[in-house]
Amino acid sequence: MLDNDWVIVLSAAALGFSVLNYVLLDGTDLGVGVLLGLTRDSQLRRAMAVTILPIWDANETWLVLGGGGLLALFPLAYAILLPALYLPFILMFLALILRAVALEFRDYSPNERIKRAVDGLLLGGSLLTGACQGIVLGTLVQGIPNDGWQYSGDGWEWLGIFPLYCGAVLVVGYTWLGACWLYWRTEEELQRRSARQARALASMTLVLLAVLVTWTVNLDARYAYRLANPLVWLPASLLLLALLCGFISGFQSRRDYLPLFAALGIFVLAFALMIAALYPLIVPPQLTLQAAASSPTSQVFMLIGFAVLIPVTLIYNTYGFSVFSGKVRALEGDKQRMGD
Amino acid sequence: MDAFDSALTAARAQFAITISFHIVLAALTIGLANFLMALEALWLWRRQTIYLDVYRYWLKVFALTVAVGTASGLILEYQFGLNWSRLSTQAGDILGPLMFYEVLAAFFLEAGFLGIMLFGMKKVGPRLHFFATCAVAMGSLLSAFWILSANSWMHTPAGYAIGADGRFIAQDWWAIIFNPSFPYRFAHMTLAAFLGTATLLAGVSAWQLLRAPQNPRARLVWSMALWAIAVLTPVQIVAGDLHGLHSLNVQPQKVAAIEGSWTRPIEGAGEPLRLFALPDMTERRNHWELAIARVGSLYLRHDLSSTIAALDEFPPQDIPPVPTVFFAFRVMVGLGLLMLGQGVASLVLRWRNRLYATRWMYRWCVGMTPAGFLAMLSGWTVTEVGRQPFTVYGLLRTADSLSAVSREQVVGATWTILAFYLVIFGVGLWVLLRVLREPPHAGEPGPQPTLADETGES
Repeated sequence: MLDNDWVIVLSAAALGFSVLNYVLLDGTDLGVGVLLGLTRDSQLRRAMAVTILPIWDANETWLVLGGGGLLALFPLAYAILLPALYLPFILMFLALILRAVALEFRDYSPNERIKRAVDGLLLGGSLLTGACQGIVLGTLVQGIPNDGWQYSGDGWEWLGIFPLYCGAVLVVGYTWLGACWLYWRTEEELQRRSARQARALASMTLVLLAVLVTWTVNLDARYAYRLANPLVWLPASLLLLALLCGFISGFQSRRDYLPLFAALGIFVLAFALMIAALYPLIVPPQLTLQAAASSPTSQVFMLIGFAVLIPVTLIYNTYGFSVFSGKVRALEGDKQRMGD
Repeated sequence: MDAFDSALTAARAQFAITISFHIVLAALTIGLANFLMALEALWLWRRQTIYLDVYRYWLKVFALTVAVGTASGLILEYQFGLNWSRLSTQAGDILGPLMFYEVLAAFFLEAGFLGIMLFGMKKVGPRLHFFATCAVAMGSLLSAFWILSANSWMHTPAGYAIGADGRFIAQDWWAIIFNPSFPYRFAHMTLAAFLGTATLLAGVSAWQLLRAPQNPRARLVWSMALWAIAVLTPVQIVAGDLHGLHSLNVQPQKVAAIEGSWTRPIEGAGEPLRLFALPDMTERRNHWELAIARVGSLYLRHDLSSTIAALDEFPPQDIPPVPTVFFAFRVMVGLGLLMLGQGVASLVLRWRNRLYATRWMYRWCVGMTPAGFLAMLSGWTVTEVGRQPFTVYGLLRTADSLSAVSREQVVGATWTILAFYLVIFGVGLWVLLRVLREPPHAGEPGPQPTLADETGES
């Protein structure tokens, strides 16, 4: 049988994998939602919607896995985190519903003006979702008052300048992913436009991230200590350099997927740095993975399911992606109407 | 009792609102996915385009409801922490894994193949497409399996131990998953999802047939839905009866509240069937009671003289709010009997070859459109309000399950959610009705008919 500490580390890895997958996959969809809402031309908006329509629902499912996983694997962290972030979470769920309705119903708009308004809701929903998720991460890193059992704050810690800054960073970052995705999946005018946006958003995201890292190490001496470890920052810097080269060269080569994967790589890197700064805490300032964990029976029961079902899930999800792969072109503009 | 705007009342209202909207959409997903699976199977078997036309038409409706259903379910996965963090701390070890498996084994199956089912016919061909439809239908049923297992465990906890810190610890997963009330609940709920969808399909197609009586596609849907109602309603009544008998063993207070039985009748007198009463929680008795003697014993004990435990045999702090349970049960059963009548009427009309020639039957079906889902919501009210004042039955009280969130935040959020849901789902329903106003035509396009040609090499 596995050693108990290993079970906890594996559980944390499974949870981290689910959350990271959500951020990478649905983050891209949210970015597309933002860019779509900001686009005037109806035909381009149609093409943007087509790139995500067949897959966004599956991408969002990772968020449910993250929630279920947190409750199942680290119930104490779940019970402390959610009441502390009550309003951001509720707003995020309403925003996600708004976005789902806008995306699925936009083609039933009776006229172009209403469709534009629906896409405005998609923009609002996507922005609010991204911002709330950044606020959640920021509040977590900033630390959540608790007695190791229940949340003990006043419910407004998330309204600090650091969490709000994190919200802004994540929105810009998601939009960057969205632009890279569109660069990969579209052609001609929309692709050229997405390339320009992707480059500009890359610089913005990197500057914002640099400020974020500096800010984070100044929040808590333990974060600074962990990130100052050469085994952390040295490989991280080298990887960042390689990813940046990949991103820039992606626009010159014919490998249109390269900028997106480089951008996703930078997201993975940022996520890994956050984990490195927090580990072994799950809810700063003091709750550890060990203390928050569910019993080994529960964790092992879930790790078995995870090990068996996640590979299968990844295979059929990849198949689902591949069915709709290739360049998107809007054939007949955005002319589809109700009942035809 | 608690104040109307206490954090506890608001948190309970919030759960009731979010789950009521979600459960209707989720049940519609289950029902429609299986209906679509049957249609596609018929099409592949008989190769008649009518099945494909109807399939594509209802696939459009499915596309509009399924993703919104998923999105409305996200919040529920987090409700346990947002409003019920003490319950999460206490029972997270057991409820968490069940919900985790729901996502792993069910949600992904459903969501992963949804894109192919909705837009991929041209890309993957009919056989693989049928596989995708089956995967979505299977995923929807599996997700009901896991979430009802979690729900049932809270009604009839089993397979657990209580740790040194007072938390529930899993001991026997088999006993947890297949806890005593789970088989009844799963059967009753799955049938409710099918019946809710069936009355909806019957109502919508009857509405279309009132204006386009010759449309063969609307006739097909109407006939299929009425067959489902005729066959499944009797089965559902049996399942409900078994579920009730089981509840009598494990949650006698709930059944006493359903019956509105405050005091036990004298030995050998049997339980009356109370058709109507106004249960009074403070005086602990009924006003305006209208009852038929002994009939209650017939369905409760399957004889004419036995009685059941009455409400005055339990401590006052352990009984549920009686009027809500009492009336919700009568609404559920009343609608169930109307559905039974609908099924029987359809069989009689079929036998006389008058099925498509009776306008009153069309009108009855239109009136019954929401009946299945209303009955389902009433049933949920019976079972969930009936298990109060506990979250984990007999072990953890609802008042001790609450999060440490300020009253203002909970109350504000609950009103916001209610207003938002009414607007969003109201608009959604309006769009849906506009789509359904037009009956299915020959050569019906599916959802996003041009999408397949717009991506990749096609």
